[in-house]
Amino acid sequence: MSEPTVLAIETSCDETAVAVLQGRSRLLCSEVASQIDVHRSYGGVVPEIASRNHLAKMGPILRSALTHIQLREVDCVSATRGPGLLTSLLVGYAAGKGLAIGLDRPFVGINHLEGHLLSPFFGEAACPVQSMGLIVSGGHTMLMHLVDLGKYILVGQTRDDAAGEAFDKVARLLGLPYPGGPIIERLAESGDPDRYKFPRGMLASGDFDFSFSGLKTAVRYLLPSLRGDFEADLCASFQAAVVEVLVRKTIKAAKTFKASIVTVSGGVSCNQSLRKNLVEAASKAGLAVKLADPKLTTDNAAMIAFAAFERYQRGMLGNLEDEADPNFKIH
Amino acid sequence: MTVRSGSPGQTRRIGYDFAHRVASGAVLSLVGDLGAGKTEFVKGLAEGLGSAANVTSPTFTLVHQYLDGRIPLYHFDLYRLQAEWELDEIGFQEYLRPDVICAIEWGNKTSLPETKISIRFEFGSAETRIVSW
Repeated sequence: MSEPTVLAIETSCDETAVAVLQGRSRLLCSEVASQIDVHRSYGGVVPEIASRNHLAKMGPILRSALTHIQLREVDCVSATRGPGLLTSLLVGYAAGKGLAIGLDRPFVGINHLEGHLLSPFFGEAACPVQSMGLIVSGGHTMLMHLVDLGKYILVGQTRDDAAGEAFDKVARLLGLPYPGGPIIERLAESGDPDRYKFPRGMLASGDFDFSFSGLKTAVRYLLPSLRGDFEADLCASFQAAVVEVLVRKTIKAAKTFKASIVTVSGGVSCNQSLRKNLVEAASKAGLAVKLADPKLTTDNAAMIAFAAFERYQRGMLGNLEDEADPNFKIH
Repeated sequence: MTVRSGSPGQTRRIGYDFAHRVASGAVLSLVGDLGAGKTEFVKGLAEGLGSAANVTSPTFTLVHQYLDGRIPLYHFDLYRLQAEWELDEIGFQEYLRPDVICAIEWGNKTSLPETKISIRFEFGSAETRIVSW
């Protein structure tokens, strides 16, 4: 008998995504609808009202996903319940519920952050185990202690800007285009990370919270005094400040909470300097590391399907009466 | 009114005090450059409204809501906004209700109701900020 198949829908922010996952690793499809595709299939930009855009994408993307599988082969339907924009969440969540009711299959509402947190375990033979997870993206920066499936403790989080946001905003200060993260990373490759001394926000705070707002301001204050070819050094120095704080706090949190594995997920986890430094620091501290596959780091439905699969396996199903929740907590 | 701030903490304090003179239905348009203190102000505003939440920047997510204070607070950031229809897409107009307060960073990027309160954040000498409304 084949392993259970989960269909997942993710609409927590800008993207409309659908994935079908069989077992822990057989990703039958993972589609993300971009704006351009929708406008093309509708022959131009449709005047939009609330969530109309997700709604417009939902039908075509579901139909496209269902070319990979028969509806009756779906064992469980899931959708992102939160956190995110309510008007966006509602569309995917209602579509998921509707499918579950129509197919008479169980429904699981998934926390977007749980999707990220579990994503480093995607494709493994066994279920996720006790670990310290760094979730780092444009919208989130947090340390989450994964005790067991569904049992997560928020260890620390940003008090102002997310790490990815700091990258984008510093790029903007430098006059670079949006999104600035990958551009800063590329410029940093040829720069000297020790050229400028930037503050390591909250490094000595004694807790596991982060702050990147002061770093952004420090760059702003430094900029007017710089002349000549400073961009690469500035990017390298800035990136080093962000990475050092993320890595040191993650390692310290893992030790404090006696987790032998550290994980990293979310869009910023694609940053090569972060990956390299985390692997080195973890190895020095005798910890194992699991890095999310870059394909799973941006908003996608595959990670939602994976989290739903784990919950389905353990009978941790959702309730059709539960509503989408823009502030949905996982801890 | 013009107030000078010498630190992020003082900017929060300005927001905190502001919470005590603002009524539900208020739309605050926060305008100022990166790092000028808009988010710090909203941190103080939320605290002044009695919310215990950790207010973080909504730049990526566009809006955060804090419902545990005496008046619900919606905190927007239009920094990433490239076209006005993106706001329609998230149902922006539906957030501007008489029973809530909306604090909108980069509020000058869209047309807001006539009754809005514009709060400007500027860089002063050294590390000071000038907040005016």
